[in-house]
Amino acid sequence: MSETSTVPPIAFAKPELPGLLRAARLVAQKDLAIEFRTRTAYFSALVFSLLALAIFYFAWDPTAVAAIDLAPGVLWVIFTFSGLLGLQRSFGVEQADRAMDALLAAPVEREAIYLGKAFANFVFVAGVQAITLPALALFYNVPLAGVWLPLVGIALLAAIGIVAVGTLFSAMAVNTRLAELLLPMLSLPFFVPIITAAAQATARLLAGRPAAEAWPWLRILLGFDLVFVVACAIAFPYTLDE
Amino acid sequence: MSSESAVVVAEALVRAFDGRRVVDGVSLAIGEGECLALFGPNGAGKTTLLRLLAGLLAPTAGSCRVGGVPLRSGRGREARMHVGLISHASMLYAALTARENVEFAARMYGLPRPADAARRALAAMRVADRADTPVRALSRGLQQRVSIARAIVHEPRLLLCDEPYTGLDEAGSAALTTALAERRQQGAALMLVTHNLGEGLALATHAAIMRRGRFVRHEPRMAVDADSYASEYRDLVTADV
Repeated sequence: MSETSTVPPIAFAKPELPGLLRAARLVAQKDLAIEFRTRTAYFSALVFSLLALAIFYFAWDPTAVAAIDLAPGVLWVIFTFSGLLGLQRSFGVEQADRAMDALLAAPVEREAIYLGKAFANFVFVAGVQAITLPALALFYNVPLAGVWLPLVGIALLAAIGIVAVGTLFSAMAVNTRLAELLLPMLSLPFFVPIITAAAQATARLLAGRPAAEAWPWLRILLGFDLVFVVACAIAFPYTLDE
Repeated sequence: MSSESAVVVAEALVRAFDGRRVVDGVSLAIGEGECLALFGPNGAGKTTLLRLLAGLLAPTAGSCRVGGVPLRSGRGREARMHVGLISHASMLYAALTARENVEFAARMYGLPRPADAARRALAAMRVADRADTPVRALSRGLQQRVSIARAIVHEPRLLLCDEPYTGLDEAGSAALTTALAERRQQGAALMLVTHNLGEGLALATHAAIMRRGRFVRHEPRMAVDADSYASEYRDLVTADV
């Protein structure tokens, strides 16, 4: 053993390191496999969504507010908070037994970890939306027949924005003592443009207004998604430095 | 060790937290087939040094290279691919089986046949018969064996071990000692952080004692007299209490 300064590289054999997208797919598959096994977060979010729908329903006075006016707001409040439940879990699974250390020591780009986590969160949020949306139609007797396809589009666009921001803040909050409080505190201000745009577009669709009226709100959603997916992926590695 | 065969070289590594230097100017080089046993009292900076060498922490000053490739926190994939990390924390996913955990690691390291590699690693740690058991259903010792299988699945050229014997029973300890010896024979460099002088010196080709972020002793194992070394180490630990 010596204390040296210049050492030539050793010719190590090179395995084929996974690229950005392949590594992201591995992380997403792993996260989804864990959620599929445990199902705790998904069922928590789903039960929360259905209970919230029921509570809103019983608190609603149909003679004062029409279902068509109330439903968009109810829907997006529920999507926001049920999404936070899933995002909370995202980095929680890495904290137990310090699995995050093994993930960070692996020869993959940290952006890949972000993209993999974000994709798994997207599947989670979309899975909750897939049950909540028909349940909303049932509770509030809202006809979705003619608008379900654009409505699904809005839901998915908003889900991308929510998980893009939420995944980043979940990574930042997980190491703090107040993670459960910090994640909503950090995320919710950034969710405002998403929720506003999604709720406005949803309201117009449910009211049977021309699709052109919803388009400006969809453009906001698209712009938000584009900017925040890229910005959060770039910012993510810096949240991991101790 | 000839400097040409150094697997890992650290130069004047410094890591400070809130202005306090936890690792304070450590330089070292570990060559192929060498094992550095690192001892030191709690809070000496051993684990922080290991995390710096694993690329989990960025140094405040100084540099570290694995196989000549700079290792930087968040960068240096080509360096990190040669590093394996064993810790007293299992770093496993409790909901996944032992096989799935090790296979996931194999895929993340880009191994061509991850299932075969995982099977080999689990067999090396004598835990192949529990491969399909969820990690949460395994005892602490078996979890540690799976964790070691995860760390060696890609046959790292630098294996960093932080108290790796924690929680292992006799069979697990024997399997680990064999696995570490095999890795050394295959040319891997080892760094073993432990409080157990006997375990450390048994495997070591070099030994070092760390205190307050610095190496206070650092010499070849052959130059170490186990009894006087133990006595000096005890004095150091006592002095820091």
